[in-house]
Amino acid sequence: MGMTMTQKILAAHTGLEKVVPGQLIEADLDLVLGNDITSPVAVNEFRKAGFDKVFDTRKIAIVPDHFTPNKDIKAAEQCKLIREFSHEMKIENYFEIGEMGIEHCLIPEKGLAVPGDLIIGADSHTCTYGALGVFSTGVGSTDMAAGMATGKAWFKVPSALKFVLKGKPQGWVSGKDVILHIIGMIGVDGALYKSMEFMGEGLINLSMDDRFTMANMAIEAGAKNGIFMVDERTLEYVREHSNKPYKVYEPDEDAVYEKVYEIDLSTIRPTVAFPHLPDNTRTIDEVGDVTIDQVVIGSCTNGRMDDLRVAAKILKGRKVKKGVRCIVFPGTQNIYLQALKEGLIADIVESGAVFSTPTCGPCLGGHMGVLAKGERAVSTTNRNFVGRMGHVESEVYLASPAVAAASAVTGKITDPDAI
Amino acid sequence: MKAKGKVFRYQDNVDTDVIIPARHLNTSDPKELARHCMEDIDKDFINNVKDGDIIVAGKNFGCGSSREHAPIAIKASGVSCVIASSFARIFFRNSINIGLPILECEEAVKGTEQGDELEVDFDTGTIRNLTKGTTFSAQPFPEFMQRIIESEGLINYIKV
Repeated sequence: MGMTMTQKILAAHTGLEKVVPGQLIEADLDLVLGNDITSPVAVNEFRKAGFDKVFDTRKIAIVPDHFTPNKDIKAAEQCKLIREFSHEMKIENYFEIGEMGIEHCLIPEKGLAVPGDLIIGADSHTCTYGALGVFSTGVGSTDMAAGMATGKAWFKVPSALKFVLKGKPQGWVSGKDVILHIIGMIGVDGALYKSMEFMGEGLINLSMDDRFTMANMAIEAGAKNGIFMVDERTLEYVREHSNKPYKVYEPDEDAVYEKVYEIDLSTIRPTVAFPHLPDNTRTIDEVGDVTIDQVVIGSCTNGRMDDLRVAAKILKGRKVKKGVRCIVFPGTQNIYLQALKEGLIADIVESGAVFSTPTCGPCLGGHMGVLAKGERAVSTTNRNFVGRMGHVESEVYLASPAVAAASAVTGKITDPDAI
Repeated sequence: MKAKGKVFRYQDNVDTDVIIPARHLNTSDPKELARHCMEDIDKDFINNVKDGDIIVAGKNFGCGSSREHAPIAIKASGVSCVIASSFARIFFRNSINIGLPILECEEAVKGTEQGDELEVDFDTGTIRNLTKGTTFSAQPFPEFMQRIIESEGLINYIKV
């Protein structure tokens, strides 16, 4: 019985020839990540256990991105705590405001995630780096504390689902539509405890940004991780961003997958997840008349260059519908600058949208775009749970940047082809 | 180790955003988090919950964010144990790591209603519904996980 990509990476980091699903292992970590929400709890646990140094000052990343720039005094105190800890521990990859970004946009850009790595992060969307052929998974603060101290974490080796992609996405269809389609198909617990492994001839038709978006939302199907087969496009990205040594793992021919799904990318339509679960999906043709109050474009799911280019392309020369607030926020400072150089920010601002500094704020109802009672938002973020972006009686519709931008123009959920 | 208490019954896919909404994550104080536990789906929970009470829910309990604040809030509210048909994996890990006992048992979930009284034996995985006079068995924790829970979490466990 052969191994999947995930199983091979886990075996290699445990010093074992072979691992099997269900096996409990203790693996070496290449990177331990935390943010301003989860790291304070981890730091307290770290100190409580009496540790006074981290296992490797280069293999920890701390990114204050959720409630930053500090939204209130309590948030400022939490950020101060992790800033002081990072300085005291000489953590090399602490990213202050001005150089930070949304962690899952920033870490690949900084070259801190390369194929074959094993990464844990105290943030559920740590699975994003699977786009680069990395095993990465979200954990809690206590795991982060133990990881920072020992450089190790325990795992139960997951079984896997295989997604064979073929064909080419049509029109405005992007990675977001593909992953919403998949989550709609298998459900929010369809991949519970398992790996989602993406491969097939259609891969070449997905940009790196599409792949980041798809791996990012593996957690929304309950998966432990999502991982893409590495191809020339991946290696090009890696060479551009990192000097770290990497290793490409491919699944064995006789690797065991619990289920195999064939996805024809050419048949996927723009897809929207209705409240209050990401698997409550409809194609744009089935949406009906849904008026909206706010549009959010950005986040660790859709805050990259492809996303901003699409949004700007649709907003350019058009106006955001009167009465609708459209908030666009880039993933990192570099993305911000690139958008500036390409003139995208002018197109976005001239349309009547606002352009923000990088932050997770609006996605989790933290700040910079909280919803009032009864309000509806179309958002390119990843969760539409009850109260996710604000009032418990507000609603979030998840969609691609193209659908979100088109909806900003019309004031209701709209097919980008229709404007 | 045993637990006994009244049941708070919830549906499938209870996510960490309703267990503890993000607007309260500017603190990590367990008592303060507990004051807002479940408020977006059950405003009365925190007023009615008593030490030892038990949350029983459907599948995929704790899905969504990795915030450890979710099991911390539940534990600090006095809840002794969560029983669900299945748990989201990060919530599962976090619960063990902070010493909140959790059990997967679909039959017990189906056979339990709001307000029932349950008795749970963590050593054997036996769940008794005292109100209905029924008994269910869940998979007990492996020994090392039981020791983590008895130490009130992973950090105390590795410290000892």
